[in-house]
Amino acid sequence: MMTMTVLGVLWFFLIFVLIAGYFILDGFDLGVGVLFPFLAKSEEDKAVMRRVIGPVWDGNEVWLLTAGGALFAAFPDAYATTFSGFYLAVMLVLFGLIVRAVSFEFRAGDPGWAKVWDVCFFVGSLLPALLFGVAVGNIYAGIPMDANGDYMGVPLLGLITPFTLLTGLLGLAMFLAAGATWTALKAPLESGLRARAQKLRLPLQAAAVALFVVVSVLGHFFYAPDMAPELGIFRWLFAGLFLVTVVGSMVVGRVGERRGCPKADLGAFLGQSAGAFSLVGLLACSMFPCLVVASADSVGPTITIMNAASSELSLFWMTVILCIGLPLVLVYHVVIYRTFRGRVSPEDLAH
Amino acid sequence: MEVFTDVALLSRIQFALTVAYHFLFVPLSIGLGLILAICETRYYRSRDPRDAAATHFWVKIFTATFAIGVATGITMEFSFGTNWANYSRFVGDIFGAPLAAEALFAFFLESVFLGVLLFGRKRVSPRAYMVSAWLVWFGSCLSALWILIANSWMQTPAGAALNAAGDEALITDFLAAAFNPSIFARYTHTVDALLIMGAFVAMAVAAWYLLKGKHTDFAMKIMRTGAVVGIITSCIMIVFAHASAVVVWEEQPTKLAMMEGQYETEAPPLYAFGWVDEEAGEVITPFAIPGGTSFLATGTWDTEYPGLNDLAETEKYGAMDPADLPVNFVFQSYHIMVAMYGLIMLAAILAIIFTFKGGRVRKMRWLQKLLLISPLFPFIAINTGWITAEVGRQPWVVYPSVTGPDGVELLTDNAISMSVSAPELLTTLALFVLVYVLLLVGWARVIARFIKEGPSLQEGASAVGGAEVPFDGDEPAVPLEAAAAVVTVEEDAEGDAVVAEGVAVEADDATRPAASGKDGE
Repeated sequence: MMTMTVLGVLWFFLIFVLIAGYFILDGFDLGVGVLFPFLAKSEEDKAVMRRVIGPVWDGNEVWLLTAGGALFAAFPDAYATTFSGFYLAVMLVLFGLIVRAVSFEFRAGDPGWAKVWDVCFFVGSLLPALLFGVAVGNIYAGIPMDANGDYMGVPLLGLITPFTLLTGLLGLAMFLAAGATWTALKAPLESGLRARAQKLRLPLQAAAVALFVVVSVLGHFFYAPDMAPELGIFRWLFAGLFLVTVVGSMVVGRVGERRGCPKADLGAFLGQSAGAFSLVGLLACSMFPCLVVASADSVGPTITIMNAASSELSLFWMTVILCIGLPLVLVYHVVIYRTFRGRVSPEDLAH
Repeated sequence: MEVFTDVALLSRIQFALTVAYHFLFVPLSIGLGLILAICETRYYRSRDPRDAAATHFWVKIFTATFAIGVATGITMEFSFGTNWANYSRFVGDIFGAPLAAEALFAFFLESVFLGVLLFGRKRVSPRAYMVSAWLVWFGSCLSALWILIANSWMQTPAGAALNAAGDEALITDFLAAAFNPSIFARYTHTVDALLIMGAFVAMAVAAWYLLKGKHTDFAMKIMRTGAVVGIITSCIMIVFAHASAVVVWEEQPTKLAMMEGQYETEAPPLYAFGWVDEEAGEVITPFAIPGGTSFLATGTWDTEYPGLNDLAETEKYGAMDPADLPVNFVFQSYHIMVAMYGLIMLAAILAIIFTFKGGRVRKMRWLQKLLLISPLFPFIAINTGWITAEVGRQPWVVYPSVTGPDGVELLTDNAISMSVSAPELLTTLALFVLVYVLLLVGWARVIARFIKEGPSLQEGASAVGGAEVPFDGDEPAVPLEAAAAVVTVEEDAEGDAVVAEGVAVEADDATRPAASGKDGE
């Protein structure tokens, strides 16, 4: 179908909403995993860091599966092109997610191999945290495709350019900042772990802001200056919102730390999460209506809502499924985050 | 060699390897999910700390298995895009929605309430905990439904039409696509097989403890649960398996012909076993019931059915060359599955008789040994069954079924990712082998440790937050029970290991009524 329909536009933004959900929720999970070897100084610290994400990481990861399934259903061509085109990169993300997923349960049940699973936890968190941003950089800056929409560039190495490396680092910085703010929020009040997480929070967020400015300037003026002119106002809005929320989170966190106010950790985390949401919002408004941009040397066209959306009937049923499913999912999240609210206590570690 | 350069073949090998591996663990988690929920319900009713210990034991085994199932399941969702890009483009309009629905309706439910099961014993009420156990199981059954809707649609497409350009299947009727002709038969057949698997694993664990003479009280409880679930699920399997066979008979003629090695049109005979001579196009067997398969599918002995050679002459199945089809492979897979079902029924009947006839299984070492290896039967049956289903629809990935819409079909060779090269596939295949072996070793180590530890009253009690109560003598029933436990432990040949664990879940049957007092919540 070559026209842009209401449902097509709706699903374009819904995909980004699902990605935002993933970026916020699994964001702190992955961040905790990457920070794990640096923040945890003792076995107890390690246990706390695993416990702060233990009950929730699995559900958080489902956001990725939902986003992937929704992309497949709503824009099959975009799903096919990116997953096959970024083959080796996707596989690295996949292997990361796999070893990370098992490392939790196996670590708990097998002290003899604790080191193996600790390494898996770290590496398995680092690979996705870095590569997601690289992938986003590529679909934004453009990739070469043939007439069928298949990627024509060099496998893996062709995806790494200075720009995509920067977007990868921006993503990583955001994941790390989320991990640090979450650890500060959930670790025991008087623990060294919490103090270290608080200390690390600020420079990580500062790095994210700095990378954001560089990437935005490069993207806006050099890589894709003419994208989405009709949404220009929203782009400025989301860019501003990102800066306000992340800098706000930094200020709240720092002041709270100085004054010894534990509640500030929640503010810092929420600010950081709002920043993550703004970043995805900015991306969505910048990409609109494109899903995968064709580079200058591409034979095939840019994949857009117009040429990639599924049929209206398919999108209608997807909307029905979402309208039933999303409220349920939100209820589950309320249940789980309420059940495990508050800081991790020593009794919690007995599991 | 061709195998190192053929992208379609390598993609198929990778998919077969990763999906078969994934399906090592899925049956365990769906099957054991039910056992776990039953155990927790028993605890909810009895408040017996030994029942809490039993639940705790299954939660540990279930979680380790579930984790690896989740992890290897991500591979499957990604693989449609990574390795089967042209397939994804062809079916995306229909196939993507069930995948998204599976994540939205099932995965969230499972993962969130598994979090409660794992960490929430002390944070939620006993009722909420029990409900969580059932929700996790319900979620996993729901996930099986959505993925089987997707898979069944590939077997018997419905509610779709080919687009004008002829390169995409478009949905015309969502409900017809979801409730396609094979979904009910295939869903019930599959899920029932997984429940059989869970029951047999439960009985095997029980048999192991009986053989070792440890945790015998716990073992008998599990044996009873396993035997009941096992006999029920095995018996109703006859209905579901028959329904599946009838659907194949009606919808997938080439698959049926491959299952019975039938090259020529005739009333298909029934073979208990045999060997397909693919060159001569006949089945070599000492024994066959003429028209037997015809009778099973239609109730008459002489309903003729087209053989592969005649089918290849038709327009619909003309893309198939009988000489290239892995007929013997499908024939053997199918017949092994049926043979395994015989063993399943045998084991299930023996188990139910000797578990409930005064618990004689306690003393019958040969039966204990049989039940210990019995999970192999459903395991082999499940895998050969899936091989029959998936290899049997080759050379198509979207099968041109009898009632399927015209043109909604896709050859496997045309479904691959054009941008993925053979060297990349070889790299990822090697990585999959490496990572999956690591996972398997890790899983086996963890499970072996959990089984060696056994159900621990101390762990179970501390998990429900009542560690002090059952053992400090406040309740009259408890010292009796504890004393019984100590006595049994001392008599235990491997007593050292058990004592080291603290308190073993051992008590004579005689003390059970006394021990059903409430623990502190």
